[in-house]
Amino acid sequence: MNALTLWFHKIGSPPTFHRIATVAQPWCYAVGLVLGLVALYGGLVVAPRDYQQGDAYRIIFIHVPCAWMGLFAYAFMAANAFVALVWRIKLSEVLAMASAPVGAAFTFVTLVTGSLWGKPMWGTWWTWDARLTSELFLLFLYFGVIGLYHAIEDRRQAARAASFLALVGVVNLPIVHFSVNWWNTLHQGSTVRLLGPSKIDASMAWPLLLMALATHLWFFGSVLARTRAGLVELDAGKDWVRKLALADAA
Amino acid sequence: MKPGSTAAACAALLRRDLVLVWRRRGDALTPLLFALIVVALFPLAIGAQQDTLRHVAVGVVFVATLLAGLLALDTLFRGDYEDGSLEQLVLSPHPLSLLLACKIAVHWLTTALPLIAISPLLGELLFLDPALRALLPLALLLTTPLLSLIGAVCVALTVGMQRSGMLLALLVLPLYVPVLIFGAGACNAAQMGLPFLAPLLWLAAGLVLALVLAPLACAAALRISIS
Amino acid sequence: MPTPDLHDRPALLEARGLSFSRNDEPIFGPLDFALHEGETVLVEGDNGAGKSTLLRVLAGLLAPTDGEVRLHGEVLTLANLSPQVALLSHHNGLKLDLTAVENLRFAAGLLGVRQGLSPISALAAVGLDAFGDVPTRQLSAGQKKRVALARVLLAPVGLWLLDEPYANLDRGGIELVNRLLETHAHRGGAALITSHGAYAYTSGAPRKVALRPGIGNRESGIGTAAEDRA
Repeated sequence: MNALTLWFHKIGSPPTFHRIATVAQPWCYAVGLVLGLVALYGGLVVAPRDYQQGDAYRIIFIHVPCAWMGLFAYAFMAANAFVALVWRIKLSEVLAMASAPVGAAFTFVTLVTGSLWGKPMWGTWWTWDARLTSELFLLFLYFGVIGLYHAIEDRRQAARAASFLALVGVVNLPIVHFSVNWWNTLHQGSTVRLLGPSKIDASMAWPLLLMALATHLWFFGSVLARTRAGLVELDAGKDWVRKLALADAA
Repeated sequence: MKPGSTAAACAALLRRDLVLVWRRRGDALTPLLFALIVVALFPLAIGAQQDTLRHVAVGVVFVATLLAGLLALDTLFRGDYEDGSLEQLVLSPHPLSLLLACKIAVHWLTTALPLIAISPLLGELLFLDPALRALLPLALLLTTPLLSLIGAVCVALTVGMQRSGMLLALLVLPLYVPVLIFGAGACNAAQMGLPFLAPLLWLAAGLVLALVLAPLACAAALRISIS
Repeated sequence: MPTPDLHDRPALLEARGLSFSRNDEPIFGPLDFALHEGETVLVEGDNGAGKSTLLRVLAGLLAPTDGEVRLHGEVLTLANLSPQVALLSHHNGLKLDLTAVENLRFAAGLLGVRQGLSPISALAAVGLDAFGDVPTRQLSAGQKKRVALARVLLAPVGLWLLDEPYANLDRGGIELVNRLLETHAHRGGAALITSHGAYAYTSGAPRKVALRPGIGNRESGIGTAAEDRA
């Protein structure tokens, strides 16, 4: 067994991962918070007014990173769901189930901030165009995964069933992303590109990207916190958990 | 047909399920009555204006059919799960996906086909454009098997649960929506005189894909549920 | 009388270090035992000891938490087991809206039939030839059990996994089960049955495996069977 496989096995063991998560989680939250505040300052104060929308556009600095996170969280959940179903690794089951509520929250914030932006910009709180509808279904898919997970008694079977559902719903991800290209939508097209030049001004780009980084860190902080709890719950009878509980009580 | 071969097993299963539905043929009318009631509620709720009803006729018939199908979905595996015959199917040496495809086919034949048959009547109740009298059943013919196949995968995930009705609806409806959009969209476009072939072709393509993939997904989901 | 050289034959079904837990609660195990052709093994345990779960693990429906099951020396998968096993779980696996004969005809279509048997003759073998056309719903619990046994008898398989085969049966029914098990063993089949011990498999002295929750099994050999039955 080479070093990389060995390392994976080691990380995948619940007590080891719990230790790593305990150390990493506060850092993720702290750095994420700091970067987030800097990005908010950059977006709300420093960045200039948009020549078309005035100050109303500033909600983009929350709306867009949350939208990215909603998709990223689902991809993260689906990847872990795949590992959990194929190789039955306990840690992947817990990670997948932990990312569902966080992703749902980000998606919900996306929808709400989008709605708040839509009122001044389009004159309506909501419209059933492709982008908004597919984003709403992303939220429903999250609810479905969470609901299924909590409906089954056996925790591991529940995680497997919910993981299966998550994988079935993964087809929605490209639909959400490409909806603005494939259909005539009220929602604007993509401005920030991963490869190639973006259509956004540099003074607005840096707060956006910094906020994206901050939300990623926040996401991982949340997922690690939930994973710690999930691992302890799953392994409740085992020695390492007992030692942990006794150490905490001491 | 050699007894014990996969073809014989599928034939036996098809025959058994059809006989079972026949023995309870009264129950098979329930989805029809439900769809009829739902459709009848709309004129009472939004007024009996012909133009208004004609406008929403396609959508209402589609939603009524979808909901009736959703109610009937629970019976796909529950009976077999409760008396242990589902286990016997899983344990048989035949591909589970094929056996489940047979069950889904019988379920569709006995729940959706009658709904498709009365869809012109339902359309008439809402003053549906006479031009659409043929297109509506055709569009339903393409959408209902998709709904059955997708629904079967979700039912397989919840088969063991006691009161899974609400959860099933939550799981299934997001996946139903694209099918509804294309099916009802095609009919609505036709009603307005716009081209409507493209959504129907998309539905047909989706149906072909689902015919292949859904039974496999259903079998995988079932194995997770009964473990 | 079981022959002394039974254990020299290769094992048909073997459990090695088999254990199963649900939500981290141990249900049974670790278990080690082997089932040979021509043998009947009785798994004993109180209610809740995990007998049904063990049977489902052996049938390949559940994956064990630890250990493995081997069939003819190969690790068990659903694919290599299902053509060779008939499972009688505590559900009968019968559709109540069909008649007994229709249920057996379906089983015959699904799995084929044992040579020399047909749905009608299988029903006769369990003493229900007069009840063939009665809807299964109208049969008593004991009669339903007999139809389920007929289904097991009809299947062209060598390995029987029977969960509480004596449940719901009257004295005649218990004798029927024992007769079927004996005939099955004589023609080289193997059977693993569970029971909570109130009924005895009176033919010969089956090997017993006792199931205590969470602890390994205590396997009693042929020599101590008499004391165990006392």
